[in-house]
Amino acid sequence: MIIAIGSIALLGLALGGLLGLASRYLRVEGNPLTEKVAALLPGSQCGQCGYPGCGPAAEAIASGTAAVTICVPGGRAVVEELASLLGQAVNLAGVAEQAPTVAHINENLCIGCCKCFKRCPSDAIMGANNMIHSVFADACIGCGKCFEVCPTECIEMRPVAPTMQTWFWPNPAQLSA
Amino acid sequence: MKLFNIRGGVHPEDRKHLAADQAIEDLPLAPLLHVPLQQHIGNAATPAVRRGQQVAKGELLGTGQGPISAPVHAPTSGRVMGIGSFPAHHVSGLSVRTITLQPDGKDQWLEGIEGVPDPFALDPDEIAARVAAAGIVGMGGATFPSAVKLNLRKKYRLHTLVINGAECEPYLTCDDRLMREHTAQVLDGARIMAHALGVTQIIIAIENNKPQAQAAMTQAAADVPAVRVAGLPMRYPMGSEKHLVQTLTGRETPARGLTADIGVVVHNPATAFAVHQALRLGWPLVSRLVTVSGGAITRPRNLRVPLGTPVQQLIDYCGGFREEPTRLISGGPMMGNPLPGTRVPIVKGSNGVLALTAEEVNAQAAAPCIRCANCVAACPCGLLPLQMAAHARAGDLDGTVRLGLMDCIGCGSCSYVCPAHIPLVQFFNYAKGEMAARGRAKQKQAETKRLIEQRTARIEAIQQAKREAMAARKRETAGKPPTQTPADRRAEA
Amino acid sequence: MYSDTPIAGPYAHERTSVSRIMVLVVLALLPATLFSLWQFGWPAIFLFLITVGTCLIAEAACLRAAEKPLRPSLLDGSALLTGWLLAMSLPPWAPWWIGVLGGLIAIVVAKQVFGGIGQNLFNPAMVARVALLISFPAELTRYVAPAPLFSPQAPGFVDGLGITFGLNGPDMVTGATLLGQVRTELGQGHTLPDILPGIYQPWSDAVGTLAGSMGETSALLLLLGGLFLLSQRVITWHIPVATIATLALAATLMNLYDPAHYPDALYHLVGGATLLAAFFIATDPVTSPISPRGQLIFGAGLGVLIYSIRTWAAYPEGVAFAILLMNTCTPLIDHYVRPRVYGRDRKGAPIEYADDADAEVTR
Repeated sequence: MIIAIGSIALLGLALGGLLGLASRYLRVEGNPLTEKVAALLPGSQCGQCGYPGCGPAAEAIASGTAAVTICVPGGRAVVEELASLLGQAVNLAGVAEQAPTVAHINENLCIGCCKCFKRCPSDAIMGANNMIHSVFADACIGCGKCFEVCPTECIEMRPVAPTMQTWFWPNPAQLSA
Repeated sequence: MKLFNIRGGVHPEDRKHLAADQAIEDLPLAPLLHVPLQQHIGNAATPAVRRGQQVAKGELLGTGQGPISAPVHAPTSGRVMGIGSFPAHHVSGLSVRTITLQPDGKDQWLEGIEGVPDPFALDPDEIAARVAAAGIVGMGGATFPSAVKLNLRKKYRLHTLVINGAECEPYLTCDDRLMREHTAQVLDGARIMAHALGVTQIIIAIENNKPQAQAAMTQAAADVPAVRVAGLPMRYPMGSEKHLVQTLTGRETPARGLTADIGVVVHNPATAFAVHQALRLGWPLVSRLVTVSGGAITRPRNLRVPLGTPVQQLIDYCGGFREEPTRLISGGPMMGNPLPGTRVPIVKGSNGVLALTAEEVNAQAAAPCIRCANCVAACPCGLLPLQMAAHARAGDLDGTVRLGLMDCIGCGSCSYVCPAHIPLVQFFNYAKGEMAARGRAKQKQAETKRLIEQRTARIEAIQQAKREAMAARKRETAGKPPTQTPADRRAEA
Repeated sequence: MYSDTPIAGPYAHERTSVSRIMVLVVLALLPATLFSLWQFGWPAIFLFLITVGTCLIAEAACLRAAEKPLRPSLLDGSALLTGWLLAMSLPPWAPWWIGVLGGLIAIVVAKQVFGGIGQNLFNPAMVARVALLISFPAELTRYVAPAPLFSPQAPGFVDGLGITFGLNGPDMVTGATLLGQVRTELGQGHTLPDILPGIYQPWSDAVGTLAGSMGETSALLLLLGGLFLLSQRVITWHIPVATIATLALAATLMNLYDPAHYPDALYHLVGGATLLAAFFIATDPVTSPISPRGQLIFGAGLGVLIYSIRTWAAYPEGVAFAILLMNTCTPLIDHYVRPRVYGRDRKGAPIEYADDADAEVTR
């Protein structure tokens, strides 16, 4: 019996010692997670999450300050990827799949003030001073910054309509729910 | 001829007796024809006519765009009433750019249309060019531009052309009737295609539930040594080209590859027929055979339909519905899709219009999966449908891909045998669509990042230029005496 | 014919359903069950009804608690089948509370707690049997010799009620099962040539006049039922053949090695619940592997385990334990043993042919 107690105690000491050494010499500096999280985010710096850009948002998510569900334009796909990266379980029911939108300028109302042109983070608006502006739909990421700043309210955010090439069958699991 | 087995597959009741003995009838012209500019895989055609223009039968309505595309021709002579959005022959109910044509009743072919005296004297490139100009696409339903398939000889070593007369879907009999009534033309088209492909062997593969078609083809090919007729066992999906080639050669098409990888090209009999008409008569593709069948149709028929005819026209010709159908399907019951309405036109890929009763569809509410593995036994591709569906249901699409989602041909055998009536194929179609959408979203993300970086760099460059200009000006003014500003002069004064 | 959200195909379906499968299994069990009920009389009938009834009521209660609709799930026949198989594996004259407890364990603990039909990891009937065997070894090992209904030594209706509901003490002629008796005697040092002749007549054992649970008696009728299921394609041949073949092989090898202490293959197939297990219990779709090769491995493992437990372990009958042990392996087998995908080799890479495009179509 003495032998049993002694051997278990010895084992515990040895393994505990190993763990201590590991935490000292094998520690990971910094948070390499931030970079990985940043790579998953859309990168459009739209600010809808409340952080000034995708970089600060990535830091917040990696450190746990922010939830994985904060990125609105990312939708379910980004939430799932972030959740699997961080090893979290996430309830997708609360994540609204926001339909992607594209800005559209009503050319009758545009006064060519260039405010939207300067604000667009992806250079999707084409125009010059006193010239009517127009939106490259392919480059527009639907962040809505132009919409907020237009003085004549000539911009509207339209949902991207599915085409025959982008339509696909809905998820049967959601239908029966 | 030695045949090989395929794995899995199912044996639905073929119900072809409803229309198999109905000879082909010509459908009368509808008052308006709607010809979509996208009836094929690839880029949509662009209009080549204007509103109000008079066109003749076979005149070019839309020009193909790019290497994977096909032109569209007028199915009859008449006046172009408009070019605009019209409901597409697609399950989504979305619209597609369509040319509306009002027939003038004369059905006059375009002047100068003529065939080639000897297609076998032509260069293969020339044949492919004519096939492309005639707007011929895969008529089995896939609608892949046939000329592109004929040009496969340039990239692959080919040795056999297979004419896919399997027609394994229940109810459909249009290929059967075509092979029985236009045997010589189908054979001629096949031989022209073989010449274009540079192959010396042709196999006409016909399922054993079509003995008359087999007999007709055998007799027609009796004195053509290059052509053989193979009798296929009745099994769905024998008409899947990969499984058809496996049955005939014993070789499986490598994953993510084409049958051309193992030296075989497969074409539908109606495509061969269209090639014959294009080369011998100069006729572009303007009509096709459609089987109208199902328990809810009064008189099932096989019709020759001008492209662009509204589906309602076919239903009316066949006596309308004897009862309200539970489902109205385009294509066959296994891989067909529901029609969004009967206004939509018949297009190049429409091989069937089925009005099915509830008893025929035999749909029941889905029950939980009991892991009976009937689907595993039925899958012709060796996949695990119940596992893939479980992953898709849990939202783990990457897991579904790892289990082999991209190797799924969507034949529906698994759903057909599932005792719990789980919509397995819908899970896979949803998963495939969702993966494609995510791929597009990722690509857009990458592009957006690039645009944003470019913009940031550009603005940074502008700022940098400003700073340098200011620094340069400062260096200039440092060497000169300070200029008097008006304030300085006032201070002095 | 139109709907807001499009309904996906296929628009044809085989005439099958989950309840049809369950009904076919019950039909296959019917001859053996009726024969056994006749062999063991009223107490067996009462126990059978109580077990099956408890399973159905437990299923209804669980569905109600989970707020699932009763209609399709209760009537799909799965609870009925679980109760049926459990009743077949219990001693026919066991008291009523064994049946009730067994039914509750099978349905509530082994099935509904996991998430209902299709979600359980272990075969519910076997879980219940093992739980009862370990908790109440006395009641679960008290067997009787068959006393056919309406024969002089069989209890009448009222006496039968008494036996099942434990009002009068058990007044029956006890008899051990064949396996139990042979194990005991082997343990006492006798050899098979001495033990077997008195108690083992292969033919009558196959027909079913032995002491044992209802599923141990009529091997012939169970075999017929199993063949019926095969013909109806409710089950495939892989699990039954693998189980029986492996068990027979192990028994034959050991029998050749030492005929005095190790019975032969026929003894193992006819005695005990081998055929019930091979055709009805091991083939339970939820807890067995989904690929054909996996099913062969499952059956082989089952055969080895049944033989080992019967021969060297503490219990004379090893089927229930063997089933549970192989059930734990099922997810592992399913993960590693998958069919080869079309167009790919065993490792999953696209097939490559050495002589590309030279495949000739043979005449």
